[in-house]
Amino acid sequence: MSFVPASSGTTEASEPATLAEARAAGPEVAATPEHIDGADHVITVTGLTKTFGSGLVAVDRMDLSVRRGEIFGLLGPNGAGKSTTVGMLTTRVLPTAGRAVVNGIDVVGDPARAKRAIGVVSQANTLDQGLTAWENLWFHGRYFGMSASAARTAADELLERFRLTEKASVDVEALSGGMARRLMAARALMHRPAVIFLDEPTAGLDPQSRIALWEILRELHDEGQTILVTTHLMREADDHCDRLAIMDHGRILALGTPSRLKATLGSGAAVTMQAEGDLEALARHLRATTTAADVRAVDGVVRFQLPATEGVLAQVVSAADSGHFRVTDLSISEDTLETVFINLTGKDLRE
Amino acid sequence: MTSVEPRATVSRRAPRNPSWAAFRGMLLRDFTVLDKHLPQFMAGTIMQPLMLVFVLTNVFPEIGQGIGGVGGSSRFSSLLMAGIVAQAIIFIGIFSVGSELVREFGVTGEIEDRVLAPVPVSVVALEKIVAGGLQALFGAMVVFPIAAFVPATPVFLDVRFSVLATVAPLACLTAASLGLTMGTRIKPRTASYLFGVVALPLSFLGAIFYTWPSLDPIPWLKYVLLVNPLVYVSEGFRAALVAGEPHLSLAVIYPALIGFSVLFGVIGTRGFRQRVLG
Repeated sequence: MSFVPASSGTTEASEPATLAEARAAGPEVAATPEHIDGADHVITVTGLTKTFGSGLVAVDRMDLSVRRGEIFGLLGPNGAGKSTTVGMLTTRVLPTAGRAVVNGIDVVGDPARAKRAIGVVSQANTLDQGLTAWENLWFHGRYFGMSASAARTAADELLERFRLTEKASVDVEALSGGMARRLMAARALMHRPAVIFLDEPTAGLDPQSRIALWEILRELHDEGQTILVTTHLMREADDHCDRLAIMDHGRILALGTPSRLKATLGSGAAVTMQAEGDLEALARHLRATTTAADVRAVDGVVRFQLPATEGVLAQVVSAADSGHFRVTDLSISEDTLETVFINLTGKDLRE
Repeated sequence: MTSVEPRATVSRRAPRNPSWAAFRGMLLRDFTVLDKHLPQFMAGTIMQPLMLVFVLTNVFPEIGQGIGGVGGSSRFSSLLMAGIVAQAIIFIGIFSVGSELVREFGVTGEIEDRVLAPVPVSVVALEKIVAGGLQALFGAMVVFPIAAFVPATPVFLDVRFSVLATVAPLACLTAASLGLTMGTRIKPRTASYLFGVVALPLSFLGAIFYTWPSLDPIPWLKYVLLVNPLVYVSEGFRAALVAGEPHLSLAVIYPALIGFSVLFGVIGTRGFRQRVLG
């Protein structure tokens, strides 16, 4: 597939200053996304809002930019507004206010043309039950104006790529959950969209199918395909997304690369230190001379928390050294996005 | 993982007329699916007319069950024939288009791929009407020989081709638009009531077993019936196919069929858009 090369694939984004502010100001401060950073944006969202008839504000003045070639994650609990956001970006939910532009096309102003730029993999299995796996792809191509032979070639290729060739003539209701999801992804790619949207793509899949799906998505990513994925799985977001927006109650609370989010918004690292000598004295010494928090001498080791600021660990080690304690071992457990989420919202991720 | 050659030959450009391309693709899709389920479609289309015609025009006269009123059973067979064809068309509209849409929207969500085609959503709704109308026309052609030749007493056919060629497509459009309206307004949970609550009253009060002018003795019923689109379809086919039977004037039938097609077409398309846009 001749995709546009990634211009800013796995980039370490320069973080907006507001992330640090967000942390300082507490959970209710939304991060302002970067609008002008020189990157080629496939999706630009400004002030996007969806209020349902019941008065529920599903998405609240969202600003967002997705760069060409990146895997972008919308992370949040169920009901955070992720699916509504995807619905608006893919022309199926009309925004109450705001603007969304996909590949240069206003999705509200010109939905018919915008649909050419998007591929959609919904959470539910929306494969055409009246057709076989191959026909699902072929007809999709026909809806997009591909000639019969071009659609045939593309369907054959995509079935092969998604390891579904032997299921070509099978009715889709006979496909397993993982296969159905792969076929939906293949279908979304038939017309070679600028960006594909996957709404909770691994929900309900067994671990093996999850791995298989992500393997293919990573491959597409390597070829420069822009991918927007929603998930409530922290681990998945952490492992696969170049950048993430953490959402809750319809708002983006923070936005950045997973590592940056953890570094800026986590509680820091939990450190376990082994040393020779009086550990209680070491703990007192560290409490007095460093920024380490929650310092305790327990079970023959000293445990403490470090803020996520660079250079602090070195400071602690040299403090121990200057107090004539010999550090024999040091282990650090890093922050997870789970901690980031709890710090931002004050609550655990609801499953 | 198998590496795949770049799909360089596939053009990303939009076709010259994307709406027509998508429309054609969807029409082909609907008939591919119909073709796969042709036996079920045929059985569903044939069974009721066959049973009605058999019992009413073969069994009843044989056992001396009084039916058909003044003029005898031949006259009844003739007027029933038009009604049976009309009923088949409306039923296909309700069940093939309506129930199918209820399923595609509410149960399987499989309409999604078509509403994501790069065309206005109304094109998809329009395709549903055309595909449903063609199915109804096909169904009418299947049912016609049953209604005309199964009755034990001869049917007095008097085909007026110009009327048939205009009434039949209008009737099919009315039926498919009605199906679209129902399919987009009805929730899957209530779809099972379609037959009892909608289809039965529609057909018993649809001038299938009697002509509309014959309702003179019950004037209130006669005029209430005018809200039922099936009345115009039945009477239209009577005008097109049956000899010597008084029927509603064509000057009323044509505007009514056009009016119902437009009305249900607009409501249905609007409902379709609303369903798509959540």
